[in-house]
Amino acid sequence: MNPINEVKLEFVSKSCNEAFARVVAAAFVSQIDPNLEELADVKTAVSEAVTNAIIHGYENGNGIVKMNCKLYTNAVEITVIDEGKGIEDIEQARQPMYTSKPEMERSGMGFTVMESFMDEVEVISEVGKGTTVKMYKEFKSVGNQPG
Amino acid sequence: MNLKLTNRGTTLIATIIGELDHHSAEHIIQKLDAEMMKSSTKNLIMDFSKVNFMDSSGIGVIIGRYKKIKSLNGKLSITGINDKIRRIFNLSGILKLMPAYENIDEAIKKM
Repeated sequence: MNPINEVKLEFVSKSCNEAFARVVAAAFVSQIDPNLEELADVKTAVSEAVTNAIIHGYENGNGIVKMNCKLYTNAVEITVIDEGKGIEDIEQARQPMYTSKPEMERSGMGFTVMESFMDEVEVISEVGKGTTVKMYKEFKSVGNQPG
Repeated sequence: MNLKLTNRGTTLIATIIGELDHHSAEHIIQKLDAEMMKSSTKNLIMDFSKVNFMDSSGIGVIIGRYKKIKSLNGKLSITGINDKIRRIFNLSGILKLMPAYENIDEAIKKM
């Protein structure tokens, strides 16, 4: 299936860009008119992925976060990429309540939220190279007719 | 993001206004902890009725404040969570640790 629209975004790893990224994703997805709950799901999942890139990928330092969004007639695929530290043990990182940064009062719920709010979450990571989080969500409220 | 702090007796009421994410969490923690250190504070109510977005950073903020208020032998209650943010609360299991009420008045009555 080919996407009906696509957007690529790059921004510096500043925490104030978390809100920017999720608002961009929501605005882009709005083109196919999902309901408010589905839109909120996308916003929250993007917020989690971008926050992870900033806190864990770049450890609050300087870096570039990339976000690619592909829109389908009734679904979206969002990929958040950092070229930071990478994750040693992806399975452990995806465990609910696990955090590598307890001193920062992180809840360790980031991946759990992404998995709950999106249909599919794929994590590809290499230590020293970075992390890619690919998320897919189908919007049940949107018809299957081409846009 | 804004934070409104009011006192009712020994209970500190923190009304979080706007979006609660990693970016705004740092500011909230700083302001809230400074106020909690005052000797008049025993219990804490965190009111979410004016929060229009929250991700898991919010859970981190609550757990951190819960530990602090516990160490002062106080109680923490949550108020005003809407359906959207309730899903994140439910995922985290945090409501097993502290009670959630419809509004501030109810929370104060049950404190």
